[in-house]
Amino acid sequence: MPAIVEVLDLYKDYFLEGHVPVHVLKGLNLSFDEGDFVALMGPSGSGKSTLMNILGCLDRPTSGQYLLGGDDVAHMSDDELSEIRSTYLGFIFQAYNLLPQYTVTENIELPLVYQGVKLDEKTKARCEALAEMVGLGTRLDHRPLQLSGGQQQRVAIARSLVNDPHVILADEPTGNLDSRTSVEIMQMLQELNRSGKTIIMVTHENDIAAWARRVVRLRDGVVESDVRNDEQPITAAAAH
Amino acid sequence: MNINDIPPAPTPVKGGGGFGPLKFLKAVGLAVRSLWLHKLRSLLSVLGIVIGTSSVIALMAFGEGSMKDALDDIKRQGATNIVVRSVKPPDDSASSTNSKSMVAAYGLDSRDIARFQTFGKSITTMVPMRVFPSEARYLERMHNVRMIATTPDYSDVNKIQLARGRFFTVDDEENRINNCVLGAATADRLFPFEDAMGKTVFCRGDKYLVVGVASDRMPTGGTGGSQAAEDYNNDMYIPLSTANQYIGSKVSIRSAGSRSAEQVDIYQVTMTIDAEVDTKAGRQTVKAIGDQIKRLLEKHHDKKDWAVTIPLDRLEDAERQQERFTSLLVLIASISLLVGGIGIMNIMLATVTERTREIGIRRALGGKQRDITAQFLVEATVQTTIGGLIGVVVGLFLVFVVPVAPGAAAWLTQQTGLADTAAWLRTIKLPAQVNVPSIFLAVGVSVGVGVLFGWYPARRAAKLDPIEALRHTA
Repeated sequence: MPAIVEVLDLYKDYFLEGHVPVHVLKGLNLSFDEGDFVALMGPSGSGKSTLMNILGCLDRPTSGQYLLGGDDVAHMSDDELSEIRSTYLGFIFQAYNLLPQYTVTENIELPLVYQGVKLDEKTKARCEALAEMVGLGTRLDHRPLQLSGGQQQRVAIARSLVNDPHVILADEPTGNLDSRTSVEIMQMLQELNRSGKTIIMVTHENDIAAWARRVVRLRDGVVESDVRNDEQPITAAAAH
Repeated sequence: MNINDIPPAPTPVKGGGGFGPLKFLKAVGLAVRSLWLHKLRSLLSVLGIVIGTSSVIALMAFGEGSMKDALDDIKRQGATNIVVRSVKPPDDSASSTNSKSMVAAYGLDSRDIARFQTFGKSITTMVPMRVFPSEARYLERMHNVRMIATTPDYSDVNKIQLARGRFFTVDDEENRINNCVLGAATADRLFPFEDAMGKTVFCRGDKYLVVGVASDRMPTGGTGGSQAAEDYNNDMYIPLSTANQYIGSKVSIRSAGSRSAEQVDIYQVTMTIDAEVDTKAGRQTVKAIGDQIKRLLEKHHDKKDWAVTIPLDRLEDAERQQERFTSLLVLIASISLLVGGIGIMNIMLATVTERTREIGIRRALGGKQRDITAQFLVEATVQTTIGGLIGVVVGLFLVFVVPVAPGAAAWLTQQTGLADTAAWLRTIKLPAQVNVPSIFLAVGVSVGVGVLFGWYPARRAAKLDPIEALRHTA
């Protein structure tokens, strides 16, 4: 299985009050395979959010390489990064981050708008099919505030899939949900992974991380541990 | 349903995003939607624009309306006319030269007329007139009239319109017939219950047959100097030759406590110049002849017992006044639109702060800086444009409602039978003339204000760090 996401010798410094450098990522080397399901863990300040932002092309590393599907995207311009995000990445956030003024369908459509794609019956059919897949086929015209947290997160999952991304980045997807709903969401992510989607997820809960195939722990900007969950061995059969 | 059963994703467009004609319409639609979420706030924030545009349109209309009134008034008076009038010279000179005779002789006479005739064809008509303030009587009714003795051309030159009958003719003039034409108010006062036509009016000891009645007419406004306001409604017109025969050249005037006699051959001469008032050359001609006439009079009169009035001067005064009014309006409009624009900028900055998270989400999902700029710029512009359109509607409403307000107040009073509480309303007199370009200008400027004052907040929104924006809690 080829690596779809690879970071090489990744450094990220922040400058506090202008001049005092804070080294957040210190020469990180990581490689995630296509079809993998990775949980990123670590205490606060470990650099996992920073890594996630760089993986999400929302931020640029101070130095090092970030290969996404073989292209080095680490030092692209803002516009190019926006295009990478809209073409190759899907986002799932802790706070769902749906737009309250839009309906379920419109929220799912949103990434396509920024692809410059013309919205027509075909794109609408895709959005509605995705909504149905996450179990919201009967609530296409609802607004986010009319939905429960779990339902909102399912809309967010559908939205993250609409552009058929290389990688889905999930930032504590169950952080705002009760345990039963968390299980539902994780089942859905697992299902997606089994049908071939690459997922990178940040979490600080062990039982959530247990759903992943691989768990990477960061501490102080370096990899502390990197283990495979034995229950879910990666095989070509499971990936397809 | 499995993810692999979903209809395929469309192919992304390289370098997509930003503006495009279809996208623009969609962006406008989205902007209207997000403004609709905060109806009251959106409305309040464009109030400045609404007031600015509506006041421009209403003030423009009223300004133009009253200016048109003034211009019409001047044109009624004859914009190509030159009026030369006899003026009683300062007292000392009059008494020193002619004190013995007790008759003050001054003013224009037939020699002046002859001098004016040297201008030849550039003066199309020349109308001399004499004026006698008199009492006109019919039976027991009496009215103070301005008896005007003149030639038949007077009616054309002064644009007298007749309600009934005719003006006196060349024939009347040549044969010194005692025919007269009454002004509207004169006819009304002397003949309140009957038709004046064919009746006989007594005036200065003679009888005059009424052959015509003029229609009611707005008095012309006076502008300082030698130009007096003229109220044609209290006039009574008779042929000049008739007056010369029956009244003579000496006129006695009774004024409070004293009696004086004056000898004025010709009170006033109105000349119409052959020129187009709407062309620059025509105006030059009128002014040039006016200057020549002044020089001529200065040469032949040792006293300043004459005055030359050129209504065209008033026309140009009025036009200058309109220009000044317009530039004042532009100033007011600019100020209110500036204030309105600042209001928009303020609310857009607040909106950007409030929607920081939304901006972060849009950026994370692939929105470029220019997408965000476009979104907020369109929102600001849609807002000000709607404000401008509301302003146009309000302005037009004012234009059409204010002029009918007096009538409406009168009608209400009549209908309800209550005391006339809104009496002041009936005193309003505002002729309005909608200036169509001002409507387009107002809307155009509103759009411009949106772009101008929306730009900074939109850029600020676009430049937000997506990570910070996503982390923002409302």
